[in-house]
Parts: sequence; structure tokens; C-alpha cells
Amino acid sequence: MSWVLLFEQSLNGLQFGLMLFLLAAGLTLVFGIMDMINLAHGSLYMLGAFFAAALVEATGSFLAGVLLAVPATALAGMMLERALLRRLYARDHLSQVLATFALILVLNETVRIVWGSDRPLALPAALSGPVELLSGLFYPSYRLLIIAVGLAVALLLHLLVGYTRLGMWVRAGAANREMALAMGVNIGTLFTAVFGIGAALCAVAGALLAPLLAVQVGMGENILIVAFVVIVIGGIGSIRGAFVGALLVGAVDTMGRTLLPIALGAFLPPQFASAAGPALASVAIYVLMAGVLFFKPQGLFPARA
Amino acid sequence: MKKFLVAFTAMLVAAPSGHAAERIKIGFASTLSGPSASLGVDIRDAFMLAIKMNGGKLGGLPAEVLIGDDQFKPEVGRQLAEKFVKLDKVDFLTGFVFSNIMLASVPIAFENKVIYVSSNAAPSPLAGKQCNPYFFAVSWPNDAYHEAAGEHATQKGYKSAYLIAPNYQAGKDSLAGFKRFYKGRIAAEVYTNLGQLDYSAELAQVRAAKPDALYIFLPGGMGINFIKQFGAAGLARDIQLITPGFSSDQDIIRPVGEAMLGISDTAHWALDLDNAANRKFVAAFEQEYKRLPSLFASQGYDAALLIDAAVRALNGKLDDPEATRRALRAAKFDSVRGAFKFNRNQYPIQNYYLRVVAKDAQGRLVNKTVGTVFRDHGDAYVQNCAMN
Amino acid sequence: MRTIPVLLFAAFAIALPLALAAGGQLFYVGFASRVLIYALAATSLNLVLGYGGMVSFGHAAFVGAGAYTASILLAEGIATAWVGWPAAMLVAALLALAFGAISLRTRGVYFIMITLAFAQMMFYLSNSIKAYGGDEGLTLPRRADFGLGIDLANEIVFYYVALALLGAALYALARLAGSRFGRAILAIRVNEARAEAIGFPVRRYKLLCFVVGGAVGGLAGALLASHGKYVNPNVFHWTQSGTLMIMVILGGVGRLWGGVLGAGALLGLEHLIAEVRIDWLAALAPNYAQHANLGVGLVLLAVVLFAPRGLADLFTRRRDG
Repeated sequence: MSWVLLFEQSLNGLQFGLMLFLLAAGLTLVFGIMDMINLAHGSLYMLGAFFAAALVEATGSFLAGVLLAVPATALAGMMLERALLRRLYARDHLSQVLATFALILVLNETVRIVWGSDRPLALPAALSGPVELLSGLFYPSYRLLIIAVGLAVALLLHLLVGYTRLGMWVRAGAANREMALAMGVNIGTLFTAVFGIGAALCAVAGALLAPLLAVQVGMGENILIVAFVVIVIGGIGSIRGAFVGALLVGAVDTMGRTLLPIALGAFLPPQFASAAGPALASVAIYVLMAGVLFFKPQGLFPARA
Repeated sequence: MKKFLVAFTAMLVAAPSGHAAERIKIGFASTLSGPSASLGVDIRDAFMLAIKMNGGKLGGLPAEVLIGDDQFKPEVGRQLAEKFVKLDKVDFLTGFVFSNIMLASVPIAFENKVIYVSSNAAPSPLAGKQCNPYFFAVSWPNDAYHEAAGEHATQKGYKSAYLIAPNYQAGKDSLAGFKRFYKGRIAAEVYTNLGQLDYSAELAQVRAAKPDALYIFLPGGMGINFIKQFGAAGLARDIQLITPGFSSDQDIIRPVGEAMLGISDTAHWALDLDNAANRKFVAAFEQEYKRLPSLFASQGYDAALLIDAAVRALNGKLDDPEATRRALRAAKFDSVRGAFKFNRNQYPIQNYYLRVVAKDAQGRLVNKTVGTVFRDHGDAYVQNCAMN
Repeated sequence: MRTIPVLLFAAFAIALPLALAAGGQLFYVGFASRVLIYALAATSLNLVLGYGGMVSFGHAAFVGAGAYTASILLAEGIATAWVGWPAAMLVAALLALAFGAISLRTRGVYFIMITLAFAQMMFYLSNSIKAYGGDEGLTLPRRADFGLGIDLANEIVFYYVALALLGAALYALARLAGSRFGRAILAIRVNEARAEAIGFPVRRYKLLCFVVGGAVGGLAGALLASHGKYVNPNVFHWTQSGTLMIMVILGGVGRLWGGVLGAGALLGLEHLIAEVRIDWLAALAPNYAQHANLGVGLVLLAVVLFAPRGLADLFTRRRDG
């Protein structure tokens, strides 16, 4: 494999990892602070993509559509939180699993009724081609945008959590919820805000990825499992953990898909390599997770002591 | 997720044998939900349209179509087939989109001497060694589009071709079909994960390999994602993307949009095929459903016409499976693809055309026929079939 | 567990296939058998989840392992259930031992995720093994052979065999719950640290519970494959684990009849919404059957919010509270 290809694959892994981070960050916050397993998190991602597709079509502008999709999804998320999800905080994890699973069904069908099973969303014309980064290395300009936005949002989140009062409450809540409550943090508003932030992050990922992926009902379920793998690797409640975990998963998955078939091809006869390669690549991230949990059963950077 | 057109009569026991039935019952099981639903929906809509245009009848008998959704799961398809055959006692079974679901489901029909008319999947085992008198393919042999694409790539002089398909049986068969007729150099043969969404890694490798042509078989959502990302990577400038017809038809064009322009594909049918039956079909479909039909729709329509012709020849007597089978073999109907002929393994022998995605006079994205790749092409497996 | 409701249920279950057959609805006997098989699978998960307190999201791995073991043996010519079904249980148990030993080193959501990961691995593995069908699955030529003059190809006979096995499993579970092991597991579930302090071999008991649950799940898998004469990798998918979990939660976690009630309710609900025409609903929205999942989702939400302990609670209150 040439250096050019290796570099391009690294960028791909980075891009995938950053989008995963956006999803995982919201998920880990909700889990860490509200102690709630939210299976419908992937549905917020789907909502973000559908809002983007609909708003781009309505406004005629890619930028406006994507930008508006974020607050729209955040609002939807917060309404969901106030109306339904806050009843689940006190319940046990199993009830949360059942309720949020039911919510997936309801949201999927609602989106299908409102917008149909899928919606087209094209790349903005200015970004629909590649850019020459180095001599001989072409990379899709849109993916570069995704990387840039992903890094910017990660930085913003870092500043928010580390240097603002809201961030302080979030960290306190993640570290020790009862203590934070006792110290007078306004739990109701905090929870709604956290959920809103999570939904907004999902929307950014969904809206950004929409032009590259099929915007369809049910698109959230596939990525949901991967997001859970990320937060388990990173440690529940830790944004830093989500960041590191997401980049790790992005790298392992991308490299797995490209390097494994080549590596196996060197050892095994072709008919085994061609079957084993993709099979192993698909379980690579689970093996990674099992490996991390073996040495650090609470993930890499657990928020709770 | 099932819809009964005539609800409660499904509970009644089958009509007594020995004389003509008062109506004909069809079991239609297909993928009607999930990411690949548009294929099944197209087949169903066209099938029902043909019946409607025929006054609600098939072969002169009022038609009752029981519709079921296999939800893209073989076990559900199997349960549907069992229900249609054993509980509802249908006269014909049809509708499945995907080979794996169909292969899991049709044995129950075969065991009970119910004929399955395939309006899509027609895998190679049933064309060759395991050919079955109760299986009729109205569409095409599964490998045909891939063979035609390989032949086209050879004729066009592409020196190297890069191949991508998902890692399952149909994926492997598709690339094998392409290689059967492509005489150039295979740059690489890559199998991706079933349901994979992001192809950045694979596209990077394609770019590095610099082939003349890229042949992909990525049905449904996988194809939508890949083609969108292929466009974003700017590879269309140097590499010709070729697909089988079912990866470039209306169901993919709608979600992808302009990134489809310039893709070459091969199929047995196109919107602009010039015969009276096709013109009538396209116009009627567009008027009824407000969208253009895909090749899946053309197959559903032809399936209905085939059953209609056969039952008409039998004067509505459906009690003898062997007679029904002979009638289907000999059926004469105006297919929307032009002339229609069965091979002795009950798969079609037909032409395959080269199409290109372009804009029609009204600015809509469609597949335009630009050439004929194969004339009267059968399949590679018929010699292993013991039927005559 | 009160005697009269149990006897009533038993009488209903025994009479059902005869009544259906008399009414010419032999097909629905097959449907009822499927409900029984899922009830067995859900009950096996209930042991792990409800009684053992281990939230395993990978139970499908064991059901699938049982299904594939039985299927492969049948495909290779070993048609007798007396070999096939115990083999299925053994393979599932061994798998549960291996997965459990590793997974039980973690807890909480980490445990959930690692059990899920193991099931996903089985899913991808079975997809790659072309010899036994790969993604197309394996179609079996016949159902298993029971001998003793019992012909499993007969729908009614199969139903009774499945009913007998389910009954045996429920009886065993009831005895287990009342036994010393059962009380130890309950103590572990309620407060693990205290149970350890008292001196229970916590890790070993949890593993044992996990393995027994896996083995019975394997039996359910063997029945499933034999009944449908078909198996494919989807049997391992995480959504299958999710469905089993939904059944247990719906029916009542840790309640003896939780698995049975949950399986019956979920499968019945799905069938009802899909099959039976609800005229007033059709008048409002002619396409309502295509959005059946909306109804299922709303019903599940209602159950979570208003019947928090599952359906079993509607019948009797749990004694330990």
C-alpha cells in the first residue's frame, strides 16, 4: 500500500471517528448524567438528517438547511425529554430499554408518515468534487469539511464543558449526581439542556452525513450500536473518553476494512482470505471493545471514580 | 404490515377441484418495508395495475391478490409462503425480490405443487441442477445483467476493471457473471460488508488502482451510498462506473439525483423500448402512480400478463398443476420487453441492452437505451437442467 | 403461583390445538407452536435477566447456537432429536460458559455491551460460513425424528411436544426459584456486595445461572429450527436479543410466567395488528397496516408507563415486592 493511500485512509478513519464522536458525546452525557440508556439516540440522528433534507429543499440553500436542522432537532429532542423521557430517569435500566425501543418504533413510523421512507439530499455544488491536498493526493472536499466541522465542534464542546458554568454542572452531575443535586444544581433544566445538546450534536452528524449516505427511515439503528461501543470503550460519562474511543473505533474500522484483507491474503489462500477478510473486519471493533474491557472493565476514562 | 384486498374470504377452504374456480387467488409476498422497499412496492404496484387494466381479472377470472411483507427477512418470507400455500390455498405464488428470501420460501410451494412465478430473483441453482417444474422466471437469470456488463466492457475496450460487491452469495455470483464475459484485466475484486454505509476506504483504493472501469453490484441502500460517495470523490472523471440495471434504475435515481448522470448499465428493459405494450404500460403506470416505472415494475407487470395468458388458455381450470405448467410454458402474451420466450429451464431467453443515465426531454433522469449487448441470450446453467 | 389459574391455563393450552384443528385452522396450530417456542426462549432469558439480574443483550447467541447445531446435525443426516436437541443444549451451554466467564468480569452497561458484542460476532461468523448456507440460511429437509411413535411432522404433535418442554422448563424454574440456589441468586440480585460478604460464591453462581439460561435457550433454538425447517444468521442478530428482552420485560421480569406472557402478548399483538382489519382505523387511514409498528410502539410505551412491572403484575402482585 502506498503512502498516498495510507494517508487517504487515515483521513477517512479520522472523518468517520469524528462523526462517531458527535453521536457518542451526546449518548455518554445522557447516560452519565441522567443514568439513562437511550436507544432512541440514533433516531435523533435520523431526525437531523431528515430535517436537513427537508429544509434544504424548502430553503433552496444547503447552508441554511443544515444550519436550521440543528436547532430544529434540538427542539424536538427537548420536547421529547420534557414530555416523555424524564419519567424514565427514576426507572430501572430495563424499563428504559423497553421504553426507548418503543420510541424507536414510534419515531421511525412518524418520520415515514411525515416525510416518506427516504429523501434525497445532494452535495452542495461547490463541494462536490475532490481537492488536491498534496501532489497526487486527491481527497473529497466535502469530507474535508466534515473533518473541519467535527474538530470545531469537538473544540467547542471541550470549551463548553471545561470552561463554562453549564459545563461545570455537567461534569459535577457526571461525576456524582446525588452530590450535585445536594449542592443545588437545578436538575430539571440541566437535564433538558444536556438532552438538547446531545440532540444538537446528533443533528450535526446527521445533517453533515446526509449528502453522503442514504437518508432513510431506520438509518439510526446501525450507527447506534457503534456509538454504544464507543462510549463503552471510552468510559461512561466522559467526553474525553468518547473522543478517544470514537477515533480509535474509526481507525480500527477503516484500517480493518483495508488492511485486513491484504494481510490475510499474504497468509491464506485467496478463497479463505476473501471470505475471512470482510468477516473479521466487521467484528474488529467488537474485538477492540472486548480487549479494552478486559484490561479496563470501566472503559478508558471513566467519569465516575 | 400486510394488506388484504379482500379481507375475510382468506379463511375459506379452497375451491373444490374438478371444475373451474370462481376466482383466482394469488399470494404476493415481497419486501415492502425497510430500505429496499421501493423494489417490492414497484413490483406490487405494476402487478396490481395490470390486473386493474384487465378489469380486475386474470385469465378471465376475478383476481384476489393477498399481499404480505417479508420485511427483508427470510424467516418471515418463509412464514408468508407457508400461510399463502397452506392456509389461503393460493393458485400462484409470486413477488419476492431477494434471492435469499425467495430460496428460503419457495420450497413450501414446490412441495405443495403450487407454481412460483418469479418477478425478480432467479438464482443460478434453479436454472441448472436444481431446476424445478414449479418455478418460472419472468424476469431474467440472476447472472444475465452481469454477463451483459462484462461483455459490454470487453466490447468497449476497457483494459482494466475494478469489481466491488457485497460479501454474500448474490454478490459473489454477480462478479462471477461479469468475469465470465469480461476479457480484460481484473484490477481487483473487493467484497464489502452487507449493509455497509461508508465506502471511503474502498474508494480510496479504487483511486489508487486507477482502473478504466469500475463495476459494482450494490443493491438498495448500499448502492445509494456508494454512488453518492463516488461522485463526491470526483472519480467519475477518470473511471467509468458500470452497474447492472438494478443498481441504476428509478429507485436509485430518486434518492441519488444528478450524481447518477453518465453511469452505464445493462438491462433487459428500458423506459424507451419501442413497442406498443411498453408504451401503454409506461403511460398507464405514470398516470396511476405519478412516478416513472422501474425495471422491477416492468417485471411485475409481465408476471401478471404471463399468468393471465396461461389461465386464459386453460379456460380458468387450475386444478391440474401439470396442465398449468404447460400453459405457462407455451403462453403467448405481449411483454413490455418485446418478444418473450422461455428456455427449457423455464428462464427467459431475451435481449440485453446497454443503457446510460441521462435526462429526457422533460429534464427527468432516466435510463436511455444506447445499444444491444446480447441478442437471444440464455444462461450458463441450462445444460445442467434435466427438464425438457 | 396459584394452582387454579395454572390449571386453567394448562387446560386451555391442551385444548387449543384440538379446537383449532376441528375448526380447520391447522395453520394456527403452527403459529401457536411458535409462540410456545418463543415463550421457552424468553423464559430462559428470564432466568438470566429476571432471576439472575444479568442484563444480557446477547442471548440470541445461545438460541442461535442451538438452532445451528440442531440444523447442521440434521443436514448431515443425524435426524434423531435425542441426539440433536441435547447436542444443541450442550453447545449453547459451552458457548455460554465461554462468553459468560469473560463477560461477568464486567458489570452494568459494560456487561450489556460485551454480551451484545459476542452475539454480533456469532452473527458475522455464521454469515461467512458458506458451507452451511451463509446469509441464505440452511433449509432442512425434514423435522427432527423423535421416535417412540411421535411424528414431529404432525403440527399437533409438535405443539404438544413443545408444550411439554415449556411446562418442564417452567416447573424446573419454579423449583429452582424455591431452592437454595434460587434464594442465593435472589440475594445476589438484590445486593451483590452483601451476598459476597455472607459468603456466597457469587461469580460461580452467576455463571451457573448464565449457563443454564443459555442451555435452555439453545433448546428453544433447536425447536425453532426444527419447526420452521430453516435457520439463517438473523437468528443471532442483536434485534433478536432485543425482541426476547422485550418479551421478558413486557411479561414481567423475574416472574415465573414472564416469558410466557411476554411472548404471547408480543407475537399476538403483532399478528393482530397485521391481520385483523380494524374498520374504524381503516376509515381514518387506509394505509394503517403499513404503519403497524406505530401501534406496537405505542402499546409498549403504555405498558412501560402504566404497568411498570410487566403484564404478570396484572394477574398477581409479586410477593417479595
